[in-house]
Amino acid sequence: MASLDRVKVLVLGDSGVGKSSLVHLLCQNQVLGNPSWTVGCSVDVRVHDYKEGTPDEKTYYTELWDVGGSVGSASSVKSTRAVFYNSVNGIILVHDLTNKKSSQNLYRWSLEALNKDSSPTGVIVSNGDYDREQFAESTVPLLLIGTKFDQIPENKRNDVLTRNTFLSEDFNAEEINLDCTNPRYLAAGSSNAVKLSRFFDKVIEKRYFTKDPSQLTGFTDRKRFNFKNLHYD
Amino acid sequence: MSFFLDSVIMFTSQVLFFGCGWLFFVRQLFKDYEVRQYVVQVVFSVTFALCCTMFELIIFEILGALSSTSRYFHWKLNLYVILLVLIFVVPFYIGYFVVSNIRLLQRQRLLFACVVWFTFMYFFWKLGDPFPILSPKHGILSIEQLISRVGVIGVTLMALLSGFGAVNCPYTYMSYFLRNVTDSDILALERRLLQTMDMIVSKKKRIAMTRRQMYQRGEDQNKQTGFWGMIKSVTSAPSSNLSLIQQEVDALEELSRQLFLETVDLQATKERIEYSKTFQGKYFNFLGYFFSIYCVWKIFMATINIVFDRVGKTDPVTRGIEITVNYLGIQFDVKFWSQHISFILVGIIIVTSIRGLLITLTKFFYAISSSKSSNVIVLVLAQIMGMYFVSSVLLMRMSMPLEYRTIVTEVLGELQFNFYHRWFDVIFLHFHNTMHCLSLSSTF
Repeated sequence: MASLDRVKVLVLGDSGVGKSSLVHLLCQNQVLGNPSWTVGCSVDVRVHDYKEGTPDEKTYYTELWDVGGSVGSASSVKSTRAVFYNSVNGIILVHDLTNKKSSQNLYRWSLEALNKDSSPTGVIVSNGDYDREQFAESTVPLLLIGTKFDQIPENKRNDVLTRNTFLSEDFNAEEINLDCTNPRYLAAGSSNAVKLSRFFDKVIEKRYFTKDPSQLTGFTDRKRFNFKNLHYD
Repeated sequence: MSFFLDSVIMFTSQVLFFGCGWLFFVRQLFKDYEVRQYVVQVVFSVTFALCCTMFELIIFEILGALSSTSRYFHWKLNLYVILLVLIFVVPFYIGYFVVSNIRLLQRQRLLFACVVWFTFMYFFWKLGDPFPILSPKHGILSIEQLISRVGVIGVTLMALLSGFGAVNCPYTYMSYFLRNVTDSDILALERRLLQTMDMIVSKKKRIAMTRRQMYQRGEDQNKQTGFWGMIKSVTSAPSSNLSLIQQEVDALEELSRQLFLETVDLQATKERIEYSKTFQGKYFNFLGYFFSIYCVWKIFMATINIVFDRVGKTDPVTRGIEITVNYLGIQFDVKFWSQHISFILVGIIIVTSIRGLLITLTKFFYAISSSKSSNVIVLVLAQIMGMYFVSSVLLMRMSMPLEYRTIVTEVLGELQFNFYHRWFDVIFLHFHNTMHCLSLSSTF
């Protein structure tokens, strides 16, 4: 089972926005029946076809790490959470379209996850103000997902969408709005599915096909992974 | 004329308190949530303002500010309004928001909220039966009936909270109880956590791959023979294998959750150890010792009160003055000083109890609220706060010298105040003992 390569993607967002439902929908193509609090981190795996439909098609495992908790948690929870942010290849930022605060908190979430790599103690260096340059030079691909789209009344949809264009500009990321209880939004061939697929392709490309020093650690990672797999399977 | 002036003063101070409650709500409690129901915010701020007005009136009583008729009027008014809010408004809204959260009952929200409210009223009334508060002079809907019940609930809450505080304080402040945690312990736990996560990931990969293959194979088979293919795919080996792996995954996930919580615990202990080495930490540690002695004394007094069936007749202020005058032979103007000292003492009690309650409520709120239940929890907290403050007024009567007790006694009618003090001591003692047993068993 170690034949496929792996990619690690974090799913971050406030408590109750629907990360667990989203991850379940992405990985198992089914709606999560009984969502409950995520304690710690829950992982799920999606088998993704890189460059689907082309002769270069290859299958990868995308691990979706759904980290629970809120952005205002105690510092002990934050330092424990930081353990999950190691060697991340992509980040999916989830916010609730009916809750403005969850969109604002995404800045703090992304800082928490990205800062982990730069400061060894895992302490957040900045005081929470986001810096556009930081995102421009960061090499980790981001994707924005807004949930509970069906709960916005028809007349307010335009306001919400315009509000969120600022978000996607700030993060330099694509945006998908959906309802996690309805698989129709991610049906094959819809624009959402295309954006998702493009995001995963970008993550895999960054990880395996760009020529930068992180490529080396990638190889040693794979060797370790192979060995561990033999050990536990 | 003076009545009008007094009313203006009272009204402005009430608006000020309302503003404080509003600010507290927005800045502290709801800083991570979006306020969508302004009703909740208004109700919370109104309750807070009414409670603060009560305390303000006591202070005015001691200082002798405003004329006594207007004070009496405002007391009565404030009491009626606060009872109205605590017994009618807040429980109704709690019921309404709880019912709104349940999807089944969404249609007839109002109806079910009324049903919930009537149940609450029934139990509220029944609460009064086992206690010696019904006296034949008063009718059914009199203010004494309502206040006495509110008083019982509030005094229980107060005793619980102070019992909890009495136990928790030494444990939080004193570093004696901290286990020794080293960095390597934390690192070892983190490594185990990551290993468990990796195991979960590898098993999930197996499941995902198997399902994908089954899906592809299922398609092929469906192309051949619909019915036969279905039977074959049901009895094939991969699906039973799959459920086995799924069970292993569930067990591993449970393990990972446990490890995560343990790591959080260790990190928190490590931070507390670091904090205790700072100057602030050492100061609190010192305070902790004092506080533990005070708690032990309080337990002792509570036991004596119950065993010897006595209730303190004089308040600390007069007793203190008596002691200084009689035993230490210092002569001073008793009347003048007793007013100032009781003012300071009552002021300290009020401020610390408000601050303590708000901090406890905030911590509690952060720990248990989520985006769905935040409205309900805030309303419950407002209810607790209201009942707590009403009964602290009842109990504060004991801390004031005789001449200032009159208005409280007058307004609140003929309640059996002694009963409340006894009740407080009983609950405090019970709770304290239970908490101590639980905490000790968890540390050792």
